[in-house]
This record gives sequence, structure tokens and C-alpha cells, in this order.
Amino acid sequence: MGKVHVDGQDAGDVTLYALSTCMWCKKTRDLLSKLGVGHDYVYVDLTSGAERAGLIDELRRFNPDLTFPTLVVNGKVIIGYREKEIKSALGVM
Amino acid sequence: MVSDDDVERLYRKLKEDAESAGYHLNPDRSFVMGIVRGLLTNKERFGYMACPCRLPSGVREEDLDIICPCDYRDQDLTEYGACYCALYVSERVAKGLDELRPVPERRGSKPSPQKQTGEAKITGLSKPVWRCRVCGYLCARDEPPEVCPICKASRERFERFM
Ligand code: SF4
Repeated sequence: MGKVHVDGQDAGDVTLYALSTCMWCKKTRDLLSKLGVGHDYVYVDLTSGAERAGLIDELRRFNPDLTFPTLVVNGKVIIGYREKEIKSALGVM
Repeated sequence: MVSDDDVERLYRKLKEDAESAGYHLNPDRSFVMGIVRGLLTNKERFGYMACPCRLPSGVREEDLDIICPCDYRDQDLTEYGACYCALYVSERVAKGLDELRPVPERRGSKPSPQKQTGEAKITGLSKPVWRCRVCGYLCARDEPPEVCPICKASRERFERFM
């Protein structure tokens, strides 16, 4: 399973790197849905082989520690579930 | 697939173990049930309960430090009031006196606790002393116990301390 697009209000490029087993990732996804923001998300733990390697390379550029959740909003990187920072990056205070 | 019954069973066991050893599970039950499901999912995938909030390598020896409870739990509880996933919280957080806050990843950033403890040079002991890398429990016996009596970590998580 690669990147999944979720329709919603356009806030630019919004990508969530997540793990399917992680509750902070789930909270981040729930927040994005609640805010109704269009975004892509990907469960890195459900990928393998070349796809996983590609995603890891991509994530490393934003977050060298490769931790989850990592949310990238138009180039701004938010590591961990930080509600206020996520809202302000999305411009929905 | 992990069944609801399995999740409930492990939740009860973890809660009982935690309370009997002076630890506390996060009082947010639905959040904790999600973490417990993640632990069981990882057990199905890898054969061991790797931390649900970290990306395991899938090789047990490489993931030993992040088998739940991980080597970082106690330090994070002391410093941030919660473990990285917030499965375990401090007494103050459990009682609602402190708020839960994000815990930065400790793994990899500093030398792991595995490598921090050098073997002390004390001679003349009648038995070797073993240290649990998860909770710090010490015991003097020929071999470490099969399971840590405090935090239930397995024998392979012990190191020679003296
Ligand atoms: S104790 Fe460690 S491994 Fe277990 S849930 Fe917490 S952070 Fe993850």
C-alpha cells in the first residue's frame, strides 16, 4: 500500500508519513480529517522492498531520525503529534 | 488479524503487571487499546512485540531495545512523564496532575542504555550481578532470570553489571 490521497480543502502539499500501528499517527490522521484538509498519507510499515526504500529516502530528507508521525505541509516539517503547530501550518487556527 | 478478545486480555495483563510494579498505564483507555492492538499486530508480524510507534527492522537482535517495554521507557517516564508511545505514564500524568506532552525519540540520538553501563570492577563477589536494561533491577545469581520479576523483560535483556 503506497500513498493514499484523502480529498478535502486545498491547503497545498500535505503529506503524512505514518505507521499503521502507532496511535500518535492515528491522532494526526484524525485531526487532518476533522479539519477537512486534503492530504496524502502513507503507512510506511505496510510497504516493502523498493517502495519502502524510496519512502525512507524521501522521509529522511525531511526528518533524518525517521520517526513517526512526520507531517510535511508545504515544506514545513512537523514531527510528532503537535496539534497547535499542525493547525498553524495549515492556516486553520 | 488481532481479535478484540486478545486486545482485552493483553490490556488486562499489562495493567496488572504495571500496577504491581509501580508503573501506570495511560488512563485514556481507547488510546491504550489502540497501542495494545499495535503490539499484538507487531507480534503477529515479527514474532515479538516491537514498539508500535517505531519502525522495526524485523530482525529480533536489532530490535531488542524496542521490544515493549523498551530500554527507553523509564528514562522517558522520568523526563517527560510518559513513554514514547504514551502506553505508560508517570503517576502525576495518571492522576491528571500533569498533562501528556510529546516525547522526543531517544533511540539513536544518544548512546543506547545498552552501551552506557560498563562492567564495574569489583572482585571477590561470590556471584555475578546482572542488570535488567529495561528497569534496572539487579540480582546476584549464576545466570539472569528467565523473566525480569519487575518489568517482565526476557533474559536476553539483561547485562552483566558486576
Ligand atoms: S514502553 Fe517503549 S516499546 Fe512499549 S509502548 Fe512505550 S515506548 Fe513503545
